Amino acid sequence: MFQIYLPIAEMSVDIFLLLGMGGAIGFLSGLFGVGGGFLITPLLIFIGVPPPVAVGSSVNQVVAASVSGAIAHWRRGNIDFRMGTVLLVGGVVGSLAGILLFDILESLGQIDLVIQLSYVVMLGGVGALMLVESGRAILMRRRGGGGRRKKHVHTWIHGLPLKMRFRTSRLYISALLPLGIGFAVGILAALMGVGGGFFLVPAMIYLLGMPVTIVIGTSLYQITVVAGATTFLHAISGQTVDIVLAGVLTIGAVVGAQLGTRFGAGIRGEELRGLLALMVLIVCAALFWELVATPQEMFNLSDLMVMP
Amino acid sequence: MNRARAALAAALLLALLAADQPARAQELVADLSDHLIAIDSEFTGTDLLVFGAIEGDGDVVVIVRGPRVPVVVRQKARVFGIWLNAASVTFTDVPAFYAVATSRPPEEILDADMRRLNEIGLDQLRLDVEPDTEIDDITSYRDALIHLRQRSGLFVSEPAKVSFLGRRLFRTVIHFPAAVPVGRYTVDVVLVRDGQVVQSFSPPLTVDKAGLGADIFDFAHDESALYGILAVIGAALAGFLGSLLFRRP
Repeated sequence: MFQIYLPIAEMSVDIFLLLGMGGAIGFLSGLFGVGGGFLITPLLIFIGVPPPVAVGSSVNQVVAASVSGAIAHWRRGNIDFRMGTVLLVGGVVGSLAGILLFDILESLGQIDLVIQLSYVVMLGGVGALMLVESGRAILMRRRGGGGRRKKHVHTWIHGLPLKMRFRTSRLYISALLPLGIGFAVGILAALMGVGGGFFLVPAMIYLLGMPVTIVIGTSLYQITVVAGATTFLHAISGQTVDIVLAGVLTIGAVVGAQLGTRFGAGIRGEELRGLLALMVLIVCAALFWELVATPQEMFNLSDLMVMP
Repeated sequence: MNRARAALAAALLLALLAADQPARAQELVADLSDHLIAIDSEFTGTDLLVFGAIEGDGDVVVIVRGPRVPVVVRQKARVFGIWLNAASVTFTDVPAFYAVATSRPPEEILDADMRRLNEIGLDQLRLDVEPDTEIDDITSYRDALIHLRQRSGLFVSEPAKVSFLGRRLFRTVIHFPAAVPVGRYTVDVVLVRDGQVVQSFSPPLTVDKAGLGADIFDFAHDESALYGILAVIGAALAGFLGSLLFRRP
């Protein structure tokens, strides 16, 4: 037992518990190539960190987790900076809107509820999709073969105004689309403390039709900048960024990610993803249970700060 | 050590009291074992010794109150199967901490009006709600407020004992839990005789954060923009260093 004091969360936590959590998240992200931010916030809430501090510190940790990946992809020329910048303009605006929403919900006393509820919906959705997808992939492998997806479909999306040319992505589409997607990711970052890769990557592939090779690098670029902006906004609006908490998680995550990458190299993907999906669903169920179970205390207090 | 120091101080006070006597009836002197409670990262709560001396007969009451802040009490209700914060009542001036010590049970020393006036006993605490509160059943919110504060150790339920050493020297111990809020506290030491407050004495007490944790907290609140920028740069550097450290050959 070695306690570390978290100055913003104003509580003491066992440092090895935090390192272990960071390590586990990093391990998962190395193994599956997911950011893992979506598991940090609920885990922090479980160990008693106030939800707003959990969100603010988690999004700070996302900066650390995504920056190294973004640099690696930039070296290989896998980033569409034009697309990424349009996405992140939307993202920063979305993050601003999310922070405003956060403040309003906090003054209404509903922020904890909304954070938990959004996690239940998101983890439930992502977990179920992953489970279905990995199940289908396992079946496909057994049966062999599999159909080809039609590459480019023209829909109403291509009729939108403000068209822009994105050379690296070989696309000529309306800027409103990446702006809107970025905006949604920014709101998620501000409200939930996630990078939003789980939403951004499929949206870039299926909605924008970007080539898969540059999707990961571009999304990491966008996530790094939006998570940075969101960290800053949380720090100035609610002072909910705990750098000690984020730092300890980052140390654990950096080591865990290396182990995860090595461990994952020799293992089949579909079964692993199925496993991750189950884990995500368990976290989702635990959060949901907290919302519906009859609480032991029917009242709660919040002291209002008096500004000197 | 604390105790010995306090006894010495009390003896000095007593001497002072004796010397002072002809001039004016100074019938009560009191002091604390500490005027500053510093909360650092290892703080797990502390005991504060309140001691002093009285002249003549009487009872001693010690009332410790933390800074008064507005507190919102929210009641949960079930909506579509989910428990959420529904109705709320805002109490305008709730002490962040409250404890009392008496030499005899408070009811035997003072009548209800006097206890109310001096806020002696949890049931006598002044807890005013916002003027425009529309909820009728304030009592259940008030009870919940007291109950939750008691559970976190910030409202002490039973009065502690003020014990006398001989007829004149008295002492009592007030416990502050790990989660004690920071701010300027009021400690009122009151001498009661025949159901009347004869004299009172209020030594100062401050609770403040100390150490690295306090510095980080203050920095985050006072220079939040700079703190935010440093948090982002720090995380980016950490991620970058991490990738260098484990770079594959």
